[in-house]
Amino acid sequence: MTLAAHDLHFPGRLAGASAAFRRGHVTAILGPNGAGKSTLLAALAGLLPGAVTLEGTPLATLAPQMRARRIGYLPQSGEVAWNLDVETLATLGRLPHRTGPAENAQAVDAALSALDLNALRHRPLAKLSGGERARALLARVLAGQPDWILADEPLASLDLAHQQALLARFRALADAGAGVVLVLHDLAQAMNHATHVVVLQNGTVAASGPPAAVLTPGLIDMVWGLKARWLGEPGAQALAY
Amino acid sequence: MKRPIVPLALALLIALPLSLLAGQVWIAPFAAPVKNAVPILMQLRLPRAVLALVLGAGLGASGAAMQGYLRNPLADPGLFGIAPMAALGAVLSFYTGFAVQPFALPAFALVGAGGAMLLLGLIAGRAASVALFTLAGMMIASLAGALTSLAISLSPNPFALSEIVTWLMGALADRGWHEVAIAAPPTLLGLVLLARAGPSLDALTLGEAAARSLGVDPARLQALMVISTGLIVGSGVAVAGIIGFVGLMVPHMVRPFTDQRPSSLLLPSALAGALLLLLADCLCRVVPLAGGELRLGIALSLAGAPFFLRLLLRMRSRLA
Repeated sequence: MTLAAHDLHFPGRLAGASAAFRRGHVTAILGPNGAGKSTLLAALAGLLPGAVTLEGTPLATLAPQMRARRIGYLPQSGEVAWNLDVETLATLGRLPHRTGPAENAQAVDAALSALDLNALRHRPLAKLSGGERARALLARVLAGQPDWILADEPLASLDLAHQQALLARFRALADAGAGVVLVLHDLAQAMNHATHVVVLQNGTVAASGPPAAVLTPGLIDMVWGLKARWLGEPGAQALAY
Repeated sequence: MKRPIVPLALALLIALPLSLLAGQVWIAPFAAPVKNAVPILMQLRLPRAVLALVLGAGLGASGAAMQGYLRNPLADPGLFGIAPMAALGAVLSFYTGFAVQPFALPAFALVGAGGAMLLLGLIAGRAASVALFTLAGMMIASLAGALTSLAISLSPNPFALSEIVTWLMGALADRGWHEVAIAAPPTLLGLVLLARAGPSLDALTLGEAAARSLGVDPARLQALMVISTGLIVGSGVAVAGIIGFVGLMVPHMVRPFTDQRPSSLLLPSALAGALLLLLADCLCRVVPLAGGELRLGIALSLAGAPFFLRLLLRMRSRLA
């Protein structure tokens, strides 16, 4: 039940990064700009050549379609070239599956319901707000019913309420058995919503484990160069600096 | 329900027989019989109409695929440089005098198209990005254009010169069943390959990284695009010269009536392209012009340039 990166090297981006991720966890990949977060995520998705294993099997040995059925990847760009409607966008998530229209429709319905998009299913993307668009993009990933959901900064450009709602959704997916890996910038979000964190610095893993154990003021100072301390109760902590 | 296929197919079924009646000699089905009506219909107008359908369908569908592949509504099948290379091949057949031999002209053009495909493959290689690939295509196009100009400027005699210039302005005039036999099989094969590229083009809507995460093999898609466009554009140029703007305009006309996925556009664009070229060629036949008929390539460029401009203005106002 693990997705693991083994000593990944990409010149200028990763310099020997190893990390293991488990299903049922929400793991946040953290680190300063340029630490290699997006590169690690892309490698985990099988988009870069590198030693990544999915439940012991090297990703490179899986056929691309088989890999695509297991691992859903939401890139940071959020690009959609054409003005699709929400339902059509979500249906793209079915592309790796060779299933019939009925089964596809069922999976799309489930994804749209999970993200409260039923009322918007026939609305073109150009007429969605930023929060609705982010949910529609995630619905595309969920429609593929992957075991693993890898999302690169899925909360960027969302307001606070939508960020909270989406984080709760990721947690629910992990509770249902998916492995969720998110690249995040906000340490408080990682502290409050992730079950595990992987902190990258200069292309290597500086620390990993449960957020309360990893994200100490000492580590934050070492990695981000920021004197900071945690305020508030567990589950609702804020970072003061 | 957004289904443009049935209306377009119906329109084609109505337009095809009607188009055969129009021309310098009008044939009215229920009036007194026209002299030589049967040879005019069967040897002149029907092959020409069929050729218009074949080329129009190929250009429309490959335009839709190209816009999907480059994720750009301003893309057209000419961007890979295949059409200019095919044209260069044809021009060289005039230049060297081989064009008088039967089938030499289309053979030269097809060799040119094949050369462009080969060059694209060599330059782009295995892991080329779409942007690099497009630039390679534009470089090939400009090289072919320069060599075509060179051939024109060095043309051995005024007859060759006039042949070259006339031929470059694409047309369907005086084309017969031979040309249909040359263009139809590669075009049909190209259309089948485009249909196979459909799901990958849909995935590419989400960008290259997301498409790959959905299992798309970029090298396979690139090969499918080059081969299908090469077959369609190469064989089209081989029989009719350069016919521009169809591949650019047609996908825009049908896109609002589809769910906008590139694969949903392929068949409607093929039908609409066929209809557009059939009607445009009809118009060329009936417009009275001193010194012969209006050239199809010129007519479409005359219509296409304002269309393109309107598109740009609309995009600008959307961005502003």
